[in-house]
Amino acid sequence: MKFRSVFDIIGPVMIGPSSSHTAGAARIGRMARKLFGREPKWAKIHLYGSFASTYKGHGTDVAIIGGLLDFDTFDTRMSESIKIATERDIKIEFIEEEAIPDHPNTARIQIGDEKEDLELVGISIGGGKAEITELNGFDLQLSGHHPAILVMHNDRFGAIASVTQILAKYEINIGHMEVSRREQGKEALMVIETDENIDPEIITQLEKEDHIIQVAKVSE
Amino acid sequence: MFRNVSELVELAENQNISISEVMIRQEMEVTEKSREKVMGQMDENLSVMEKAVEDGLKGVESRSGLTGGDAVLIQNYMRDKEPLSGHLLLDAVSKAVATNEVNAAMGIICATPTAGSAGCVPGTLFAVKEKLNPTREQMIRYLFTSGAFGQVIANNASISGAAGGCQAEVGSAAGMAAAAIVEMAGGTPQQSAEAMAITLKNMLGLVCDPVAGLVEVPCVKRNAMGASNAIVSADMALAGVTSRIPCDEVIDAMFRIGQRMPTAFKETAQGGLAATPTGRAIEEQIYGTKSKKE
Repeated sequence: MKFRSVFDIIGPVMIGPSSSHTAGAARIGRMARKLFGREPKWAKIHLYGSFASTYKGHGTDVAIIGGLLDFDTFDTRMSESIKIATERDIKIEFIEEEAIPDHPNTARIQIGDEKEDLELVGISIGGGKAEITELNGFDLQLSGHHPAILVMHNDRFGAIASVTQILAKYEINIGHMEVSRREQGKEALMVIETDENIDPEIITQLEKEDHIIQVAKVSE
Repeated sequence: MFRNVSELVELAENQNISISEVMIRQEMEVTEKSREKVMGQMDENLSVMEKAVEDGLKGVESRSGLTGGDAVLIQNYMRDKEPLSGHLLLDAVSKAVATNEVNAAMGIICATPTAGSAGCVPGTLFAVKEKLNPTREQMIRYLFTSGAFGQVIANNASISGAAGGCQAEVGSAAGMAAAAIVEMAGGTPQQSAEAMAITLKNMLGLVCDPVAGLVEVPCVKRNAMGASNAIVSADMALAGVTSRIPCDEVIDAMFRIGQRMPTAFKETAQGGLAATPTGRAIEEQIYGTKSKKE
């Protein structure tokens, strides 16, 4: 049976008006924020498909900015997000794209500050659920429903083993893992979804390993 | 786990417990959570619903400007005049409208079972509350009873407008509310099932045709009528009226109607009210002349 918990029927609690166009969009924005690790100074948001054609009515733009400000889908400040972002001097730009995406509710988010920037593609798959399908040019699949780390590393032998050994030492179980690279021998990305939360000390230890460039944490 | 309404009613009757108790016990078993935890989580959802109704009755406006303020109009009318349809019925209508107006205005709501149909269950609950003076626990139980019937529909048919039309969304919400009203008013589990069947029968065929694709027109007023349908059906069931077609067969009929419903009437904004001259004009006004919806 598809529905097992009563809270699938009476719930979830979320911002209106549309679970896929608003709550799901907020989740995509928040995953971008979590991956970036801090509040960005600027944001360029490309909207595709149904997001592009209906965002004004559904508040998809407000929701994505709310997510970038680290608001949860039921945060009461959500509807004021653009105003709050402007007050904090965050430069925002929305671009309505004509291209037909694979998924009707797709957003490409570019954020950054003077030090770094980040680009990801997120899709809202219904019922307030969202997935990240691309990060800095790497294809991936990340739901944000489990604790996860993203490890940028050099595409060399032993890099993956060094990460999993450390996780094993701290008794952290991997539920889902995937590796992608743009080119052989260059930069590659590991996506690791775990059952347990990963402490900051473990992240620091991972980053000390050879061939590990950067580690970012996503958790709900 | 109960798979259909007849199993749900049987479980309650055999153990001599209420529908809400069946749902609470199942939830504890399925999620391996304590009673306290399960009740607490539902209590939080109830608080969200209370707050949404409260906000809506103060008056809100959606971003498009299409909806908002009707809950206030109805409450004012009830204060100044004697409503023809009765105080409780119109109170439920105004509180259902309040919830959906808050949803349209980007407020925080609890999906019951979806955001677009979030008004029926709390609207009826907070109106019936004025008459029956339930305890907090009874109000929480109202939501478990609603959830039990909703779960049967979700697993055997659909609760999504995109999959089954508005009958699956507001129709389900109204049916869930009717069943819960019966339990709160002291009716039997079977009477809850009858109330749900009577409600759903009168929602069959309802299409999902939101103007400009927004969860506003006609969704807000559909919740109003869903709430009133639930109260009337609950009263009929409490009076001893039964549905000639059993509840599970009504759900199955709803599912089959949904399957044969053209996609133009399933949340695509291509048919029905969305395709009327005024519906199209509103769409153009909101999205500008360069609408990419076509």
